[in-house]
Amino acid sequence: MPTITIDGKELTVDEGKTVIQAAEEAGIYIPRYCYHPGLRIVGQCRICLVEIEKMPKLQVACYTRVQDGMVVHVNSEKAKRARQQVLEFLLVNHPIDCPVCDQAGECYLQEYYMQFGLYDPKMIEDKNKKHKAVPVGPHVMLDSERCILCTRCVRFCDEISKTSELGVFNRGDRSELLPYPGKTLDNPYSANVVDICPVGALTERDFRFKVRVWYLDETKSVCPGCATGCNIEIHTSKARPYKNEGRRIARLKPRYNPEVNDYWICDYGRYGFLFVDDDSRIQQPLVQKDGQFNEVEWDNALYMIHGVLNQALENGKSVRILGSPQMSNEDLYALKRFGNEVLEIHDIPVTVKPLEKPYSDDFLIREDKNPNTRGAALLGFDTDHAATEKLLADCRNGGVHSLIIFHHDLFKGFAAEDVRSALDKVETVIFVGSNMQPTAELATYILPACTWAEKDGTFTNHAGRVQKFDAAVDPLENSLPEWKILRRLAKQFGHAFAYFEAEDVFRDMAKKVPAFAGMSYRALGDRGMVINENGRPSQQAEVKEELTVVSK
Amino acid sequence: MAETQGILMPLIQSECQILKNYRDRGGYEAAKKALSMTPDEVIQEVQASNLRGLGGAGFPTGRKWAFVPKNSPKPVYLVVNCDESEPGTFKDKYIITKATHALIEGIIIASYAIGAHTAYIYIRGEYVRQAEVLEQAIQEAYDNGILGKKVLGKDYALDVYVHRGAGAYICGEETALLESLEGKKGWPRMKPPFPAIEGLFRCPTIVNNVETLSYVPFIIKNGARWFAEMGTERSGGMRLYCVSGHVNKPGVYELPVTTTLREIIYEHAGGVPGNKKIKAVVPGGSSSPPLRPEELDVPAEFDALMKLGTMAGSGGIIVMDEDTCLLEILTVTTHFYHHESCGQCTPCREGTGWMDKILHRMLHGEGRIEDVDHLEEIANGIMGNTICPLGDAAAMPVLGYLKRFREEFESHALYKKCFDGEFAELKAAS
Ligand SMILES: Cc1cc2nc3c(=O)[nH]c(=O)nc-3n(C[C@H](O)[C@H](O)[C@H](O)COP(=O)(O)O)c2cc1C
Ligand code: SF4
Ligand code: SF4
Repeated sequence: MPTITIDGKELTVDEGKTVIQAAEEAGIYIPRYCYHPGLRIVGQCRICLVEIEKMPKLQVACYTRVQDGMVVHVNSEKAKRARQQVLEFLLVNHPIDCPVCDQAGECYLQEYYMQFGLYDPKMIEDKNKKHKAVPVGPHVMLDSERCILCTRCVRFCDEISKTSELGVFNRGDRSELLPYPGKTLDNPYSANVVDICPVGALTERDFRFKVRVWYLDETKSVCPGCATGCNIEIHTSKARPYKNEGRRIARLKPRYNPEVNDYWICDYGRYGFLFVDDDSRIQQPLVQKDGQFNEVEWDNALYMIHGVLNQALENGKSVRILGSPQMSNEDLYALKRFGNEVLEIHDIPVTVKPLEKPYSDDFLIREDKNPNTRGAALLGFDTDHAATEKLLADCRNGGVHSLIIFHHDLFKGFAAEDVRSALDKVETVIFVGSNMQPTAELATYILPACTWAEKDGTFTNHAGRVQKFDAAVDPLENSLPEWKILRRLAKQFGHAFAYFEAEDVFRDMAKKVPAFAGMSYRALGDRGMVINENGRPSQQAEVKEELTVVSK
Repeated sequence: MAETQGILMPLIQSECQILKNYRDRGGYEAAKKALSMTPDEVIQEVQASNLRGLGGAGFPTGRKWAFVPKNSPKPVYLVVNCDESEPGTFKDKYIITKATHALIEGIIIASYAIGAHTAYIYIRGEYVRQAEVLEQAIQEAYDNGILGKKVLGKDYALDVYVHRGAGAYICGEETALLESLEGKKGWPRMKPPFPAIEGLFRCPTIVNNVETLSYVPFIIKNGARWFAEMGTERSGGMRLYCVSGHVNKPGVYELPVTTTLREIIYEHAGGVPGNKKIKAVVPGGSSSPPLRPEELDVPAEFDALMKLGTMAGSGGIIVMDEDTCLLEILTVTTHFYHHESCGQCTPCREGTGWMDKILHRMLHGEGRIEDVDHLEEIANGIMGNTICPLGDAAAMPVLGYLKRFREEFESHALYKKCFDGEFAELKAAS
């Protein structure tokens, strides 16, 4: 392994590493625009020029591979001056319209200018004009005057989404980033170009002009959009939701996890959060009377539900549950306990297969649109759609007195008359979920669950990776996490689930369920852990293989 | 074309785009000889001849060929650079149209030496008629068993294709040329890897200039020593000088590389019209820094000119008489590089345009004295900091003119006119 010296620090690094990577390991950050660790290296922007002893010219740190004995000066006068000049060059034709630019606050022109800009502009000539505010696709807006031609977006479309919509046209300082003639930037991963664009050239059409980025808070989370469980950050604007059409969540951003999604997320996931602050949110427990939903206090609702269920059980009637793979491991574990210990139900289906086959690909997007089917299976729920079908058949045959449905809209998975004919025969339907939808409307009792963005918890992705997500905002109005709802309902039956935080549920689960043995919130860290061998050993091999595919 | 002496010039003057004419002058004998040697022997011979790349960089040709990996599992390619776009350079077009078969013979020998069975000639888009002549000569060579499955009856196959460019100067830079040949935008590649290891279609590739290759048959025919002895210790032979600007007889002259600029201008190109004095001479294409009249006794050769801080480059000698406005010259030169910058890397993309705008402003009488220093600063920010040498090619004239003729630019900045000798007093008075 080569030993090199960077700004006086001696370090030993892996063969084949580049200077920029080696420096980063040594805690020395070298500026970059075109360099992105997830993309091919092109050495175009020149902002990473460094001085290397015995080399006559400055070298770009992104492209130069370390060699034993190399002595690198990142901060020599010559290197600093060159980088300052590159920055000066980048601003020659830049419109400097920061006051009206959405990127302000997270722009690397601003960032580096503050660090090492010239602060003495010499440019007095007229600037070149280019296209501004061009919608290049459903999610992305282009301002090509702000573009510094780093080609990150071009390479993303060539190498990652493999859709090649973007190119650099013309030559010299007339060069312009644009979609190819007749093409729009419309692919399932299109908005990633906004994340990697180091400047304000590419901005999100949804997020544009809503909120200044310095007002945003960031929370680590996991995308609930499909079984991949891409790592994300939830950016919230808590103090000024009115700036954002009343939405507390401003945007989602991918969070690096080499085991799952690298630097990327899909557009479905990115824009899949709108339900959180949607008007359809259920904010209070509701009781249906003569076709009207009336708000009630939690205690009243739970008292009534307990009464119904208890009576049914005492009369030997059947109470059944339909769980959901939208629920976290914690919620599902509480549900498992509630089912087993309180209601003595052992077969709980969770899966409703959509009537229409959902979109999927061989990169990140999976057909299973639930974040936790794997977790449900590990906790002993029946993840077969047929089990749900059978439950509905039992209902239709009049064998079910009360049915608790979590989250599912059955109309998405079954013909309308099949749903109606089944639920019509059920005396009491109890719905637990976050948003109003056609199935919920058929319930007698509705309990407001909060969304994943409003609670702590974990999902187990398709490959058996258990990943932690944190609450980004408070539960809306009187909604609660399902595990809390179940704890309170269990109490009505005289059962004490001694959980105060989601972490308590997880700790208990890790103790009792072998697949999660040895795991804790702390141990899961930012990248999660793969389920324990003795959970489902047969699936472990498959898991590893899938992981390598994803992390490519 | 005044000379009948030389190596390529006699061929150019006897219509060697026609096979019979070339054969009458001993054509293709060298290729036969080369095909009976081993490839290594051919490379050694070329190396010993001190033939250097005449496309501009002057890299020793034999040494470059030796970089090609032996027994490469991938195909090896020869690419002939006929993009000839450096202002002041117009030699390759004579070879292409008049000594065509010498080039084809050179291609055969070079391809054999490096183990290539396919050669591409990349010709600039503007050379329409020239490309036609070239195609015809290649067809004639195929028809006569000189190219194809059995080259000159020997057990060696070679196909030659002509590819026309679309008119970008940058496509003369060898890696941009390869990108363009692959059907992509002509953006130079990062090096390493060098083309000899990973070139066209990521296979080992040698890129050579038309003129470089056209000398190869004569080196094989007459021996390395014969060629080396015409030149200096490190540069062999003769080369084609393109003389333009204020001379009585502009044109292409084939002369030993030991010939001085003064000899070329006064003895061969007929001196300056009206017996005017020379103000400046650009020795090797528009990117080479100009020389002052008192510096012309230097051989127009790579190492000698390098010592003076300029370049022999592509052999394009541009002569400017005493009435030439150097601000105008530098402005058009800079405008050219600005226009031709591929735009890939920041310093060249933005720096060339910025310098062009400043120079144009000065030319329109709106210069400021600080512009002179500022131009130098911009050029220094480009120099050595770019992906390909076009950035340097744009910076060098600016640095060169300012180094040797700074007063011309200061005069324009201060007094909106060319330097007329009275400058010193005026400046002192100001
Ligand atoms: C901007 C630029 C333009 C160039 N244009 C040409 C050209 O038109 N013809 C040429 O032969 N070489 C040109 N070159 C030089 C080539 O990159 C390369 O060095 C040459 O083709 C190698 O051949 P040689 O060794 O026979 O000279 C150019 C180089 C640069 C940087
Ligand atoms: S739009 Fe952004 S990412 Fe794309 S080339 Fe321009 S600066 Fe780079
Ligand atoms: S130096 Fe100029 S021509 Fe060469 S790669 Fe950079 S921008 Fe393109």
